[in-house]
Formats: sequence, structure tokens, C-alpha cells
Amino acid sequence: MNGWQRFAAEYRRSLVACIAAAVLGLLMLAALLAPLVSPQNPYDLAQVELMDARLAPGSASSDGHHTYWLGTDAQGRDMLSAILYGLRISLVVGCSATLLAVAIGIVVGLVAGYFGGRFDALLMRVADMQLSFPAILVALILIAILGQGTGKVIGALVAAQWAYYARTIRGVVLVERQREYISAARVLALPVTSILFRHLLPNCMPSLIVVGALQVASAIALEATLSFLGVGLPITEPSLGLLIANGFTYLLSGKYWISFFPGLALLATIMSINLVADQLRDVLNPRLRVD
Amino acid sequence: MTRYLLSRLGQGVLLVKVMSLLVFVGLFAIGNPVDMFVNPQADQAEIARTTAALGLDKPLHQQYLHFLRKALRGDLGDSFVHGTGALALILSRLPATLELAVVAMLIAIVFGIPLGLWAGLRPHGLAGRLIMGGSILGFSLPTFWVGLMLIMVFSVQLQWLPSSGRGATAEVLGLPLSIATADGWRHIVLPALNLALFKLSLIVRLTRSGTREALTQDYVRFARAKGLHGSRIVGVHVLKNVLVPIVTVVGMEFGALLAFSVVTESIFAWPGMGKLLIDSITQLDRPVVVAYLMLVVVMYVAISFITDVAYSVLDPRVRLGGAAS
Repeated sequence: MNGWQRFAAEYRRSLVACIAAAVLGLLMLAALLAPLVSPQNPYDLAQVELMDARLAPGSASSDGHHTYWLGTDAQGRDMLSAILYGLRISLVVGCSATLLAVAIGIVVGLVAGYFGGRFDALLMRVADMQLSFPAILVALILIAILGQGTGKVIGALVAAQWAYYARTIRGVVLVERQREYISAARVLALPVTSILFRHLLPNCMPSLIVVGALQVASAIALEATLSFLGVGLPITEPSLGLLIANGFTYLLSGKYWISFFPGLALLATIMSINLVADQLRDVLNPRLRVD
Repeated sequence: MTRYLLSRLGQGVLLVKVMSLLVFVGLFAIGNPVDMFVNPQADQAEIARTTAALGLDKPLHQQYLHFLRKALRGDLGDSFVHGTGALALILSRLPATLELAVVAMLIAIVFGIPLGLWAGLRPHGLAGRLIMGGSILGFSLPTFWVGLMLIMVFSVQLQWLPSSGRGATAEVLGLPLSIATADGWRHIVLPALNLALFKLSLIVRLTRSGTREALTQDYVRFARAKGLHGSRIVGVHVLKNVLVPIVTVVGMEFGALLAFSVVTESIFAWPGMGKLLIDSITQLDRPVVVAYLMLVVVMYVAISFITDVAYSVLDPRVRLGGAAS
């Protein structure tokens, strides 16, 4: 069996994890293909009928051509379409913030762990200090300082999360640095960049993937929270959090669907990522297994 | 011990200084605050006058020193929106937030420790597995979504509890508190529950793993061999050892509760500091944002200091100021 087959066999042992992976795959596919699969383009004013505003789930449209399975919002947008488009934005923002944070974390963690010394002490001090504050507070502080906007939200998410990756990588590097293959690479006088990125980095991958998978979920939740509070993405980028916020006022008058269904989509995304990440941890890094 | 405390205190002061510098540079050096003070139709002379009046024509380090000097006197500027002192404005909202955080923490402790003990004593039973499953949900559900669901179920569908505001308050020791009136209690239940959920899950997990670990220890086996009653073993010997990490977490997480209250307060329109922060960010009310950030950093440093001290008192094994620091 090669590595991938063994990985797949180990992963398949948990039924829940398989279902979660399937749900996650479906959600990602739906987000990717949103313009193709959604019943309408919710932001094309020619397609949105104001007459159909705030219809309950399952209502027929006023022209009788189609059914709003998840109802419509205050502007008469089909909620299903709005959710698919919103999911797309949430995933793009969450994933790009995570990738950036991972890139920063890799460089900082590798350098700090490999060279040690003052640089390491300083960086880890900063990381510890930051980790002692909740991520939401770090993100809010940055948004308060930088102002609002898509790029700034991604920046705030990166700043709130890089330290997790840097710490993880540094921890692995401190162990791996003692191994013989690193001594061998040093004796061969390989360039430092090659030792760091070709020898140390691959060995950090299992831990990195596990932490990354868990952190994507929290990045998505954090973005949704910021957008819900009205300090996240601008209204031109209606992510799930914004959709939920828009429906909040109608929730009190019993029109639950405008914020309930986007919330459900957010929940399905976060839960499925968490379950997949849990299983990845068990497969890739059995030492971290709980119990 | 004294040396350790002094060095911890020094670190705290340094952290506050670094944060004040960051906040100052971030908020005052980026963008031009004058634009927010003068009328857009103002001429150059008026802009220059306002700039001088605000001290913005001075070099940056002098501006920072001026800011620090005023901050040390408790003067962090006036709110643009409310026209009153920023710090006083925030402090007037502090009782509401503290009250919410304390009630939430109490909910988390009162329910979390027994549930965690139960799950730790019978890890493979149905109840134990349900409790753990619930705690995973509590961790991964976004706070604001849970808040919405609480409102949807208990306020809109069942109409049992109100969904916004503090309700009637009564003065206790000069502070207006909701928990002093029955109407206030009805208002605080949902937001406190919402805020407590994450901490509840955390305490359940900590208690469970602590219990499982303690059960395998020699002193528990010895107590069993001595023929002690099961409830005494759990209630005294196990619980005492489980409590040490919980005290630390409760202390550290209390600060996090104050931060997370931003979300809960916004949903339940609870008139605390967190809601004020969000309103101030959206209204570009910079002095209030600065004052909030400074206050939170100072509170954080103070809380972690108190937690460390409490930890060393509870657990004599912790050697403060030893080789570790």
C-alpha cells in the first residue's frame, strides 16, 4: 500500500468523518459552482423581484415560474441563491486568510526554531502575548485601527492566527533539529534554505495540516462574527455573516428564514471542517489523539 | 516570591506601554484626525488652527508623550459622539458588562464542574458521551449564531424571556445592577447563557480530563483501599486536584469573557462596554476606541497577574521565580 491508500483506509474508519468530508465536499462544490447552480443571481437587479420580498420557504414566485425553497429576503432575493453566493465569499476569505497566515507562520516558525537565540525568544514572546488575547479581540483591535474593508478583514484574520502556525512549526522543528538527517544535511553543507524548506518543512506538514484545518473553521467563524457585528466585510461582499445580520431584524417578527438558513449553512461548513480536521489529526498525528 | 511578583508586574507594565504605543501609532498616525474635527467646508486657516489646538503639528514622539501624560491622569480624550470623557463613558458601561460576565462564569462553573465530573467518572456511558458531544458543539458553534437561536426559540417562538436590554436595574453599592431585580434576571438569562456556553464546554472538558487523570493516581487508589466512601473520594480527593487547573482557566477566561461580551451584547442589545466598542468603531469615535483598548489591556494584565498569584497559593508545587522563569 502506498501512503495515500493507507491514509484513505485509516480515514475511512470513522463513518462520521466520511459523512463530514462528503458534506464539506458538497458545500465547496456548491460554492465553487454558485453562478451555475443557483436559481438566480441574487445581485443582478434584473432578476430580483421586489414583489416577492419576505416570502416564506416554499412559496412560489409572483410570476409562477419557480419556487423559493428557502424563502426570500427583504429585497426579494432567493435565499438559496444568496446563501450559495455568500458561502463562496466566506470560504474565499477564510481560506485566503488561512493560507497567508500559514505562509507567515511557516517562515517565522522555521527560522525561530532552527536558529533559536534572541530572535526566537523575541518572536515567541510576541506570539505568546498575542495568543493570550482571544482572537476576536485581536481582530477587533486591528479593525478599529485599520478601518474596514475586505483586505483589512483578511489582514485582521491573518494577524489573529499566524501565531498558532508559528508555534506549531517551531515545536516540530525543535524536535526534528536534533535528528540525524539534519546533522547529515549540515555536514553536507547544504544551503540553509534547502535544509529549512526541503528537509524540515516536509516533516512539519502533518502537524501543520491538522492545525490549519482546525484554524480554517475558526477563521470562517471569526469573519462571520465580524461581518455580523457590522465591522467585517463591506456590503458589496455579502458573506454568510452579513446575510445573518440582515435577517436579524426580521427574526424578531417571526420571519426566521432570512437569518436561520444562512446560519445553518455556516454551521454545516464549520462543523464539517472540524470533524474532518479531528479525523485528520487522529490519522496523521496519533500522538495528539484525545484519549 | 516578592521578586517573582515584581518581575511579573514589570512585564505587565511593559505590555501596557507597548500596547499604548501600538494603539497610539495605529489610531493617530494613520489618517488625519483633523478631517474628523473640522467642517468639510473649512478653509486652510481654520484647519491649521484645529491642528494646533489638537497638538497635531508637533513631532510624533511629543504627541505620544502628551497622550501618555494625559492617559496617566485618566484623561483619554472626549468622545466625538457623546461629548463626554471617553474613559468615564466606558466606565459607566462597565457594571453591565461585569455583571453579565460574572453571571455567565457562574453558569459555566455551576453546570460545568458537575457535568465534567459525571463524564469523567463514566466516560463510556451514554450520559458521558452525550456531555462530551455537547461540549464539542459548544466549542464549534459561533457565539452569535447560538445567540440568534436562543432569541428565536425563547423570545420569539415561546415568548418566555425578553430578547434585548437590561430590564429594570436597582442600585447596589452605588452600581446599577440587573441581578437585583426580578425583571433584570429575566433579561440577563439569555445573554448570560449565550456567553457561558463556550466556557461551559471548556470547564466540562477540563474537569473530565482532570477527573480521569486523578482516578488513576495512587492517592485515589489508597483512599479506596482505606475504604473511604465513593462520594468522599470524588468530592474531596478528586475534586481538589481537578480544581487547580480550573481556577487558572476561570481567571484567564474571565478576561476572554469580557472580550466575547462584544458579540453577546450586540445581539441582545445589552448596554455594556462591548456594544459601545462596536458602536464607536462604526461611528469612527476614536477616543472611545482608544480608551476601550487601553482599559482592556490593563484589565487583562491585572487578571493574569491575580490568576498567577491565586495559582501559586492553590498549588504549592508551583515554584515561582525558580528556574522556569
